[in-house]
Amino acid sequence: MNAHKSDALSAYFLAETSDVLETHTLSAIVDNEPGVLARVIGLFSGRGYNIDSLSVSETEHEKHVSRITIVTTGTPQIIEQIRHQLDRLVPVHIVRDLTVAAKASNQEKPLERELALIKVRGEGNKRLEALRLSEAFKATVIDATIDHFVFEITGRTNKIDQFIEILKPLGLVEVSRTGVAALARGELGLKDVHDEI
Amino acid sequence: MQREMTGAEMVLQALKDNGVEHVFGYPGGAVLPIYDELIQQDTIQHILVRHEQGAGHAAEGYARSTGKAGVALVTSGPGATNMVTALTDAMLDSIPMVCITGQVPTNLVGSDAFQECDTVGITRPCTKHNWLVKDVNDLPRILHEAFYVAQSGRPGPVVVDIPKDVQFATGTYEIAQANPSNHKSYRPQLKGDMTAIRAAVELMSKAKRPVFYTGGGVVNSGPAASQLLRELIDLTGFPITSTLMGLGAYPASGDQWLGMLGMHGTYEANMAMHDCDLMICIGARFDDRITGRLDAFSPHSTKIHVDIDPSSINKIVHVDLPIVGDVAHVLEDMVRIWRASSFRARPELKEWQGQISQWRSRNCLSYRQSDDVIMPQYALQRLNEAIKGRKDVYISTEVGQHQMWAAQYLGFESPNHWLTSGGFGTMGYGLPAAIGAQVAHPGALCINVAGDASILMNIQEMSTAVQHGLAPKTFILNNSYMGMVRQWQQLLHGNRLSHSYTDSLPDFVKLAEAYGGKGIRVTKPGELDDAIQEMIDSPEPVLFDCRVAQLANCFPMIPSGKAHNEMLLPDEATDEAVANAIDTAGKSLV
Ligand SMILES: Cc1ncc(C[n+]2csc(CCOP(=O)(O)OP(=O)(O)O)c2C)c(N)n1
Ligand SMILES: [Mg+2]
Repeated sequence: MNAHKSDALSAYFLAETSDVLETHTLSAIVDNEPGVLARVIGLFSGRGYNIDSLSVSETEHEKHVSRITIVTTGTPQIIEQIRHQLDRLVPVHIVRDLTVAAKASNQEKPLERELALIKVRGEGNKRLEALRLSEAFKATVIDATIDHFVFEITGRTNKIDQFIEILKPLGLVEVSRTGVAALARGELGLKDVHDEI
Repeated sequence: MQREMTGAEMVLQALKDNGVEHVFGYPGGAVLPIYDELIQQDTIQHILVRHEQGAGHAAEGYARSTGKAGVALVTSGPGATNMVTALTDAMLDSIPMVCITGQVPTNLVGSDAFQECDTVGITRPCTKHNWLVKDVNDLPRILHEAFYVAQSGRPGPVVVDIPKDVQFATGTYEIAQANPSNHKSYRPQLKGDMTAIRAAVELMSKAKRPVFYTGGGVVNSGPAASQLLRELIDLTGFPITSTLMGLGAYPASGDQWLGMLGMHGTYEANMAMHDCDLMICIGARFDDRITGRLDAFSPHSTKIHVDIDPSSINKIVHVDLPIVGDVAHVLEDMVRIWRASSFRARPELKEWQGQISQWRSRNCLSYRQSDDVIMPQYALQRLNEAIKGRKDVYISTEVGQHQMWAAQYLGFESPNHWLTSGGFGTMGYGLPAAIGAQVAHPGALCINVAGDASILMNIQEMSTAVQHGLAPKTFILNNSYMGMVRQWQQLLHGNRLSHSYTDSLPDFVKLAEAYGGKGIRVTKPGELDDAIQEMIDSPEPVLFDCRVAQLANCFPMIPSGKAHNEMLLPDEATDEAVANAIDTAGKSLV
């Protein structure tokens, strides 16, 4: 019942809250129309929210809708704000906080996967080592010459982070990542997922 | 109805089909086809402004005073960018407005063509939604959608950007048959959750020190909302305060009225907010001008928040009982439930009312009267006396001390009669807004309470008023200062009055005459009443140059970084108290 921010002098100090930061995954169904991504990104930059990862692609061609998956970090209150601010955009059909939804059904996290393409250049032992590691990480080789490999790997963000980290001393050249794709566990679709806090 | 027509014709047709009678605009190359249609019809009247910002604020004044969307029409590039301030203003105050902008032809978009700018990009953050129309066959749907989005849910401004070739192209026009509530993605929630509403009413019946804190949302929700609010206040007997934007929803003459709250609110309103045990926030958004120091904001209260916009809830202040819904819908349920149950306000309410009377008797709006200089507060009290009892008075303001004094000293009895730039604080708003209100209410008395600095920001609109036979009255509290800036310099910057004095102000009487209006100057308190009457009776637009005490400051005030119960009251605001009112932390606040 008290003001939420115990140390804030005014609205301008809202950002300096002492609340713990959390990372959440939000999914939104939006009209696939020009500018919709700019609206979403503009919202984040304009209001000072973080984007850790963002992926977007048309998911239902006939209905002309796309699904945007955003991983963001903030206090629970900011994340709730983000959800509502996204929902306020006219071309946004639904927004759900999959992390909250997972917690609400006693799961740790929603299903989250990323795909990365990783180029490594090297020779001799380093090259062998890279190949061995890729097997351990269940990455596949999708391009290779005598001097390089391109690996394809899918998995959770931290698994990919770890793989990239290990490849650094082994001749890592460059990485391309898709950003996180996510779904709630269980039989329910986005509309029916319950994420009220 | 289905008919072949050009894009430009579609614009006119869609305006008519959406009940539009007036458009505020300014022509240019990229909207010439639409202007060509305008001149060939007489259902829609076009009001030619002198600056596109003026068109925007006029549309806002029109919207605020009618509850309908205001419409503006401007050309591409500079026409569109001149509109940005007005759009942002409408965004911050949730004013419904449809702005049509011309754009360079589709094949030139993106080529840095003459008078090209990325209008949808520039206006994206300052509109509720915007569209670039690339195909004439999309135009009817988009125009109807534009009106729906602007006027429904939490209202706001929208922009429809129409390339010139689309205005020339021919396509099929169809009246929107689609039920707006079928919009595929935008569906504001009107009805509140009944369990939450019942819980709210129960909390109300148990409250010992309740207060209603209402805002612009009540006005936006329509006249029924204000009526229901009055009913609920009568039923409960609870005291009520309002934000700047909400003035008039509950009458200033009402028994339970505490006056406005916030930075320049009354002592009784802010103290009641601070000490209440139940706060019922209706259609307001816990703006920083309202809350003051957040960690000391109403520390002992349970908070109920009714708002149509879920993102307003828990944005600034954590509330205990949120109710998402339209104010009128929710109030109707509250009134019904209160009536149907055996709820009565608690006997302790008497004590609370006693406490409030005590605060009231502090007489926080008193000021030192003078016989030879006009005190700005006195000028407004005389103005208020002259317009009292008239129902057809619309007051707009510019931004500064005069705005706050107008809010404090003029009594608003009904909604939609008070037009002010609250969220954005846009100097230059008042004159065009008064023009907009005058267009909507031709016989009414439209008064712009202005400052000497603000009025110069859109003074050119005097010419608009004269051309269209409109007679808004601008009542300038002329202190030769940007008074509000000076007040802050006195509070925060050691009384170093950096560039807040305006030398070489124009002669406002001659200026009025130069535009073809009437000028009146008053320097003595004794002359006020007659001069005000002369202003009111004038059939022409008036610039009333009211020379007021130059160094008067606006109190009460909650200095930045302070709490509601740490107000600076007029009789305590000595030079020293003013100089020390704000501590280091407060200084960095706006
Ligand atoms: C467009 C714009 N520029 C600057 C400001 C900052 N500002 C707020 S009040 C004010 C002074 C207004 O002076 P005046 O119109 O004479 O009103 P007074 O305070 O003297 O009554 C200024 C510059 C503003 N609100 N809007
Ligand atoms: Mg001034």
